[in-house]
Order: sequence, then C-alpha cells, then structure tokens
Amino acid sequence: MIENRPVSTAISHIVLLAGVAIVLFPIWITIVAASHDVARLLEVPLPLGLGDQFFENLKQVVGKGVEGSTPIGIMLFNSLVMALMIAFGKISISLLSAYAIVYFDFRFRMLFFWMIFITLMLPVEVRILPTYEVVAQLGMLDTYWGLTIPLIASATATFMFRQTFLSVPDELLEAARIDGAGPMQFFWDILLPVSRTSIAAMFVILFIYGWNQYLWPLLITTDKNMVTIVMSIKGMMEALEETPKWHHIMMTALLAMIPPVLVVIGMQKLFVKGLTETEK
Amino acid sequence: MSHDSSQNPSHIRLKGVEKIYPNGYKAIHGIDMEIEEGEFIVLVGPSGCGKSTLLRMVAGLEGITSGEVHIAGRKVNELEPSQRDIAMVFQNYALYPHMTVYKNMAYGLKNLGTPKDEIDKRVNEVAKLLELEKLLDRRPKQLSGGQRQRVAMGRAIVRKPTAFLFDEPLSNLDAKLRVQMRLVIKNLQARLGTTTLYVTHDQVEAMTMADRLIVLKDGIAEQIGTPMELYDKPKTKFVAGFIGSPAMNFIEAKLANDGIELHFGGINFTLKEKLNSQTSNITFGFRPEHITLSNNGALNLKVELIEHLGAESIIHSKLGETPITLRLNGHIDAKNGDTLNANINVDSYHFFDSESGVRI
Repeated sequence: MIENRPVSTAISHIVLLAGVAIVLFPIWITIVAASHDVARLLEVPLPLGLGDQFFENLKQVVGKGVEGSTPIGIMLFNSLVMALMIAFGKISISLLSAYAIVYFDFRFRMLFFWMIFITLMLPVEVRILPTYEVVAQLGMLDTYWGLTIPLIASATATFMFRQTFLSVPDELLEAARIDGAGPMQFFWDILLPVSRTSIAAMFVILFIYGWNQYLWPLLITTDKNMVTIVMSIKGMMEALEETPKWHHIMMTALLAMIPPVLVVIGMQKLFVKGLTETEK
Repeated sequence: MSHDSSQNPSHIRLKGVEKIYPNGYKAIHGIDMEIEEGEFIVLVGPSGCGKSTLLRMVAGLEGITSGEVHIAGRKVNELEPSQRDIAMVFQNYALYPHMTVYKNMAYGLKNLGTPKDEIDKRVNEVAKLLELEKLLDRRPKQLSGGQRQRVAMGRAIVRKPTAFLFDEPLSNLDAKLRVQMRLVIKNLQARLGTTTLYVTHDQVEAMTMADRLIVLKDGIAEQIGTPMELYDKPKTKFVAGFIGSPAMNFIEAKLANDGIELHFGGINFTLKEKLNSQTSNITFGFRPEHITLSNNGALNLKVELIEHLGAESIIHSKLGETPITLRLNGHIDAKNGDTLNANINVDSYHFFDSESGVRI
C-alpha cells in the first residue's frame, strides 16, 4: 500500500503482532520449561520467565539422554535419515513422473496423471493396515526403507513439478533438441537447473513433512535404535510410570525443532522464489 | 555429416511437402521448392499462414505428413532435428537461462563430442564476430534484447551448420534495433555463405533481406521469386496487396469493348493494348508510387488525409467509394477535401481475375 493511512496501518500491525504472539507463545513455554528444574514445573502457577537450569538440562539431555529413552544423538540421526530419504525420494520420483507426464506423449497419459492425482485421497493414515502388511511381508520392519518407502510416492510434488514444467517455454526443449540433447540430457542439463527453485521449495516442505512423521514410525519400529525424535517425545511422557520429566522432555522438543528451522532459514530465499516465481 | 561445404553443397529441396494435423486441419498444401547453396530465402505471409510450421518441418520439430524434405542431398524426413545439421534462432531466443553466454554457445558442440579446445576456439571466434567477447560470462537475464538476439545467432553460427533457420528473430526488438539487426544478419549470412530460411510477417523485412521469397497464404505458396519479381509481376492479387508499402490500390472494374476498355466508377478507361481475359470482372491494380498528378488526369481523387514524411507524401484519397493511396515525392500542397487530378503510369497496370485473384 502506497497511501499513508495510519489507522489501517495500526490495525494491520496489531493483527500481525497477535498472530506472531499466538505462534510464539507455545515455543516460549517450551524454552521456559526447558530452563527450569523438574520440581519448579510441578508447582502451580507454571513459570512464564526463564529459569537458570537451561544449560544444565541441555548437558543432561545431550550427554546422558533422558532416562528410559534412546540416546538423543541416535534419535536425531534416525529422524534426519528418515526426513532426507523421504524428501529426496519424493522429489526424485515426482520429478521423473512429472517429466513423463508433461514431455512424453504416451497412451493413457491423462489416465496415469489422474491415477497419481487421486492418491491425494489416500494418505498413509487411510491405508495404514494394508501398508503395514506389505512392509512386514517385505521384511522392512525396523529399517530405514520401511520407515520411508511407503511415504515416498507423492501426488502433491508430482502435481507441483508438472505445473513448473508446463511453465517452461517449449522453445527451450526445441533448442535443446536442435543442440543434440537427448531426453535424459535435456532433463539433467536444462530442465533440472531451470526448476531448481521449485525443487528447493519442495525440499523444504517435504523435509518438514518427513521430520514430523509420527504415526507411521510409531507403528513399524520396535527396535530402540530405530526410534525417531518426534515419536520419542510422546514415549518419554509415559515412561516408567512416574511423573514426566518435563524439563528434559521440553529440551528434547526444542532440539527436535532445530533441524527443520535450520532448513527453512537456510533455504528461505529459494523457497519463496520457488513458490512465487512465474518467469523461467 | 560433413561440415565442409565445398564437398557437400548445402541445398534444401522441398518436394510436395504437406502437413495435416490429427484434427484434420491442413496447415501446409504441397509445397515444392529448390533452394540453392548460400541463398537467403524468406518465408513471408500473414499470421496463421503456416510459415512457421513449414520452417519447423524443415527443422524437424514438426512431423511431415507427406512429401519429402532434403537437406544437402539427404532425405531428412525421419531424422531428429540434431541430425539434420541445421541451426535455429527462435523468436524469444530460447537461450538456456541458467547457462552463461559461453555455455549457451558451447552446448550444441559439447553434445556433438567436440574436443574442449576446439569448442573454445570456435566460441571465441564467433563471439568476436558478433562482438560478444565481453559478455561471455554473463547470463541471458543480464543481457539486453539485442544482445540476447546476438547470442542466439552465435549459438547457431558456432555449429557451422548446413543451414540457418530463423523464426521471426527480430519481432521482439524495438523498431530501430530491428533495422540494425536486419543488416547485421544479412551481412553475416553473406559472409558465411550459409543457406538460410527466414520466417517473418513483415514484408519490408522480407523484401530487404531475401534473395528469393515465398509468399504463403493459408498454407499455399502463392508465389516464389525474387523481391523485384514479386513487386513487378505479382502472380495473385494477394501477393500484389501484400508486397509493397503502402499497399497496392485495387479497383473493381468491368472489361468492355472486346477487352480494350475498362469501366469503373463512371470512368471509361482505354487500355493501350487488348487484354485477353475469360471474364469481364477484373480487379485493376496499381501501386501508390505509380500515380502522377496531372491537370487533365483521368482520376478525380478526393483527398481524405495526407501524411507528410519529408522526402515524400502519402495521400489517402477516394475515387468514388474506392480508397486510393498515392505516394508522391516531396511536399504536396493540398488540404483534406481537395480534389486532385491524376494519371496512372501506363506501364504499371496490374490486372487480376476478380473471382480467383489470379493475374491476367
């Protein structure tokens, strides 16, 4: 808005600040809880200011881990592997299927496109029993493959890359054909670099999607060494039938938040470009 | 595939080339043409006439329904674009946006498996030729329209193809740059001696650049010839109206008195010699520059608008209800509404069959 209207500016800022407060408050509570000792957290009212135990708790959680739970390093590693495998797997498969759908004129092309598209209606939660059965039969329980493969097929990413490819001018393909580039060469040399911002945007979304998986890892992992950090937090609250160690749980939650935050901050520029850029 | 043109004369031959789309639409109707080595051929016509389609069929980007295309003695109907040994310049340049100017030009050579130092040598040569040396590390986004145009041409030249194909390469440039680039392209082509097919809808561009041109209308080659042939002896009314600016004047007339007299708008116009025609319905055509003012002229023209261009004046007038354009040298002292008397230069008559539009 170019004109200067103090009232509407003030109102819109108030709305924005309220939104920020709503988003930040739970995170603040997490930080606060992670900075007190367990005794303080069981008293009412709950503290709203920082305590002095933050680094103590950090040392405890990182160094020794939470009692009854897998060491935090292993869980972070598992989550990282799962998130990366899901993100890369989804991106590779979606890029290839979108490439086929946009650039190759084969029979039943639209049928295949719609078949991919309707899988949007079948997330893991809906097909959880048959999927579990398949994964179990393939002997992939308690493996990284079992954690990731059922989540990899993705209609959203295929659809998004299809839109990206459709916006790439046909002349680029024609110029590449005249320059002697075959289909895979065009894909690698031209199409991928031209779509890199969309790929980055997809990576951010899919990494967070993968990182935050809860139900599926909970189902198929029984081995303590395959536990991911997100599912472990719930486990900690029920551990050992004693009072939950809120200060350690919150510290773990805080640590679990860091990788997605780093990914978002690191790729923010590409992310915004990938979702808004129209000109290729 | 030899790049040595002395052994392998560039020569493009179109034999009954047709294009029918799957929906039954016939875009190109049986075109025959022989193109000599080094010729600059312009495909010209109004939008939708099929000129780009024809070019893309030669390039291999569009399938050929029937007929044959030969390039340098080889039938290329079934060959991939890259195997036809041609290079193309696109209207929007189609530069690879993520590659530098250097890489854009080198990409085709790289795919051919050309050794690195050979690529380097050729790219630098062409960059020098097109004054792109200082821009080699830039991306297309950082270039102006004219520079992008030169890179697109460089990408074509660097491969030393048998033929260049240009698809309206100048239409994204401003008027002044367009005139400049016209000369640049024409000079380059003459220097390199590479056979060229050039598509444009701009008849001035077509006339100034072509050795020969093909005028297309609705997928039919109306006429193939040198610019002056088309100007002096247009085969159809369409060609006559399309070539030349301002366009030719046409008057619907009746042929009478055994083909020696022409009647139109209450004027009886006696011809110098008898006109042999099957029909008496004639379209009489003459160019704006072939009219001279004369006090006892046969035409009484009512002036509607005068455009003063300095060296010449364009006068839009009416003969009865028929619009007539005059192109006269120097400054003409007349006002809107004035009546001018004029004669048509005797040697500059064109006659067409009113129905078929064919020249008589």
